[in-house]
Parts: sequence; structure tokens; C-alpha cells
Amino acid sequence: MIKLNPKLSQKLSYTLLFMATMLAIIPVLVIIFFIVKNGASSISWEFLTSMPRNGMRAGGILPAIVGTFSIVVCAIIITLPIGVCAAIYLNEYAKDNLLTRIIKLAIVNLAGVPSVVYGLFGLGIFVMFLKLGVSIIAGALTLSIMELPVIITTAKGALNSVPQSFREASLSLGVTRWQTIRYVVLPNALPGILTGAILSIARISGETAPILFTVAVFYVPNLPNSIFDQVMTLPYHLYIVSTQIPNMPKNVIYGTTLVLMMMVLTMSFVAIFGRAYFRKHRKW
Amino acid sequence: MSKIEIKNFNLYYGNFHALKDISISIEEKRITAMIGPSGCGKSTLLRSINRINDTIEGVKTEGEVNIEGVNIYNDNVDVDFLRRNVGMVFQRPNPFPISIYENVAFGLRVNRIASSKEIIDETVEKSLKSVLLWDNMKDKLHKSALTLTLEQQQRLCIARGIAVAPHIILLDEPCSSLDPVATREIEELMIRLKDDYTIVIVTHNMQQAARISQDTAFMLLGKLIEFSKTDKIFTNPSKKETDDYVSGRFG
Repeated sequence: MIKLNPKLSQKLSYTLLFMATMLAIIPVLVIIFFIVKNGASSISWEFLTSMPRNGMRAGGILPAIVGTFSIVVCAIIITLPIGVCAAIYLNEYAKDNLLTRIIKLAIVNLAGVPSVVYGLFGLGIFVMFLKLGVSIIAGALTLSIMELPVIITTAKGALNSVPQSFREASLSLGVTRWQTIRYVVLPNALPGILTGAILSIARISGETAPILFTVAVFYVPNLPNSIFDQVMTLPYHLYIVSTQIPNMPKNVIYGTTLVLMMMVLTMSFVAIFGRAYFRKHRKW
Repeated sequence: MSKIEIKNFNLYYGNFHALKDISISIEEKRITAMIGPSGCGKSTLLRSINRINDTIEGVKTEGEVNIEGVNIYNDNVDVDFLRRNVGMVFQRPNPFPISIYENVAFGLRVNRIASSKEIIDETVEKSLKSVLLWDNMKDKLHKSALTLTLEQQQRLCIARGIAVAPHIILLDEPCSSLDPVATREIEELMIRLKDDYTIVIVTHNMQQAARISQDTAFMLLGKLIEFSKTDKIFTNPSKKETDDYVSGRFG
């Protein structure tokens, strides 16, 4: 075995570790660079606020933006309260017994189920069995089911990070368990719960498989009127303009990509900065 | 009649027998200290008096803890009401991360003891006065409680407890995170409060027990070894274990 001079081996390992880090972030930066470079020119007020024309080759992507927005808002309205309630139960009330352990195991594993499986499940249950049809509500419910384990896990983490001493202080004043959760635990866990929720929104706005069979359509001439309408969505629209339409101008594809990416990145940054802000301002 | 009368009390954490057949009578408007080495069960016994141990999974109890003649482990006892009557101060000051005023008003508001602003204002003032924080704090009531020093935070926690009008105050090593000067201040406060409240304090610090308490209980390995007047415990204990501990031969 070759013995390197310790100084040299120190330098060598540092370089290797640094290169590995670079390899991890360079592709992301390249992707962002190309998308911004090619897409920025097509972003205009008209692109964001008008209907597509000429077989999607011109005009704007307003229905896809509205579609994605409405599905995501519906999904988070459904999933956040249920997720937070489940997290409160698991963190504050559940005893450590077999049932609880099975539930916890299920939550961890559900988060790893491929999203296309959720898509097919949504098609079977919401679209066909419950006869909701291909609609915003069917897509939102599918996304909710997919996101629920993630919301429960992050909300549970946020509740768990509230010091036990706060709970004991409140209980020792004769405050009931529920009031303690309501007035002490929840307010202090709220920043964590909200940043988790924003990250979930960011994640589900880019999902394609779960909405493919449950809500997204190739083209609709009108904006949705109710949660039982079909809509266009950004990820599915992107798939269509990239692969299904001949003679597609490149700038429309890049423009659509840029809009979707900005939506997701903006939400992630809000969540990250929000979390950093709350961490800094919390002193326990 | 004693204020708190504990009879043949046993407590188990799962299979661990933490308190063994404890019987003790605590008198009204005195300071009773509980001393003993770490793990002897003194905190567990204290935490049994307001049933805050109930929040720990796997805790089982046998025997009675009577407060003013009522066994608080009876099924029909309202635990939340019990805890309003038996306040508790913890080892580390644990004010809520809200304003000084809101900390003291918390119990009143959430328990719906008072709703009118005048009554709440008045109670906050009275409670802060009784822990000698009012003069310093009356202009800073809306600052965060976390801006206070540890000693002030501990006073605030006592005031927060006092605001819901308990008869008994349990203190679980209230000075262990404070420096000697702050410790003396809190001790003087406890001596003042003794005239209005029945105080039970768990302490690691034997000198503290000797300085402030009238009665002292010495515990060892989950058993109550000796309970007597503080003077007697420290000068002329009747059990050898007590003598060994208070004279510093172990512990």
C-alpha cells in the first residue's frame, strides 16, 4: 500500500470531497441557467394572462396556471386540517401501543409509494367509484392522499419540538390537556407546520402522475367554474407542448417550464426563509 | 388536620417501584423541604401531589394523597381543578414565549376564571407584587418574558402560578439553574410566601433546606427515611442514614 504524505493526502481528500459537492449542484445550476436563458424572453404579461391560441403554439398559459393553482389550493385545504389533527393525535394523545406503531409505520411507508400509484388509485376511487369524474376535486383529493403522510410527519415534528416544559407549565395551572394544545402547543408549532405546508404545496404543484388521470386535460377553452370542472395544469401542459404537438416553438416550452419552476422555487424559498426567521426568533 | 396527608403511597414507572409506601403529613403555611440523593424519588413524590405525573406513560399509583381530607387519586376528582389549587414551579424557569403580562394572565384567561380586563389587570399586578417583580416590570409588562434574567423568569413563573389562586405551591428544585445571589433572592421570596401558602420544596441543596424550611423529609431509594422538624433533621437525626447524608458522608 502506498503511503501518501499526510499533507498531500489531506489536500487530495479535500479536493475529492469538494468535487463531489460541486457535481451535486452543477446540474441544477445548469438546468436553471438554460431554462432562464431560453424562457425569459417568452415571459410577458400576455403569456401569463391569456388563453393559448393556434393549437397551443401561441398565446398564453393562463388556464394551466389557474388549473394548477386551483388543484393545489383545494388539496392543501383538504390535507392541512386532517394532517394537523392526525399529527396532534399521534404526538399528544396516542399511547405507545401496537396500533400506534402500525399507524406510524404506515405513514412512513406511504410517503414512499410511487406517485403514479396514487394517480391510478385516484382514478379508481374518486373518478370512477365516487363518480366525481375527471375534475379538480378528484385531482385535489388524490394529491391530498399523497401529501397527507408528509404533512403529518412535518406537523408532528413541529409539535414535538415544542418543549415538554411548556406543556407541564400549562397543565400545572389547571389548564386542560386540549386547552394546553390549543393555547400553548399549537401557537408555538405553527411556524413549523406552515413552512412544512408550503414545502408540500411546492412539491405537489409539480406532480404530474397523480393528476394525469384525475384532473388534467389536453385543452379546455374556458377557465374552470367549479371544482367539478376539468382543468389544464402546468406540469401536464409542459408534457403536451414538449412531446405531443408538432412544430412547437421552443420558447413556449421554455416559458412554461420557467413559470412552473419559478412557482415551485418561490414557495420553497418562502418556506426556507420563513423557517430561518422563526428559528432565529425563537429562544428556547 | 394536616393540609396534605399522604398515606401508604406507592408509585411505579412501568415495573420500576419508584415510591415505596410513603406516609407523610404536611402542615399548612409552612415550608416543607424534601431532600435526598438523586433518584431517591423526592421529585416524583412532589409531582404526585398535583398529579402532573399522570402525563407520563406507564405510571401506576397505590395509596392515598389527601388534600384537605380529599383523596386526589379518587376517580371523581377533577384533575384540572386540583392543579389550580396546587401550583407548581419547575427546575428550569419555563415562562411561555409571550409577554410578561400574558404569562401571568394565561391561567386566568384560558381557565376562564376572569374575563374582565380590570380583574385580570388587578390580578396580574397583585401576583407580580407578591413576587416583587411589579416595581421593576410595571412599565415593561408587554415585553417578552424571555428577555428577563433567569431569576426574574423564575419569579414570573411563581407569579403565573399564584395568579390562579392556589393554596399549595410545589417547587421542584427552583434554584438549581440560578446563581447564589439569585438563589438567596428566591429563598427570601419563599419565606415571604409561606405566610399565605403551604409550600413544599424539593432541593438538592441541604443548606437551602436548612435555611428556609420548618420541616424536612429525607428520602432514600424511594423510601421516606425520616420526617421531622428541620432543626432535628440537621442536628439530631434519629436514623443513621439521615445522619450520614446530612453530615455529608454520602450523597
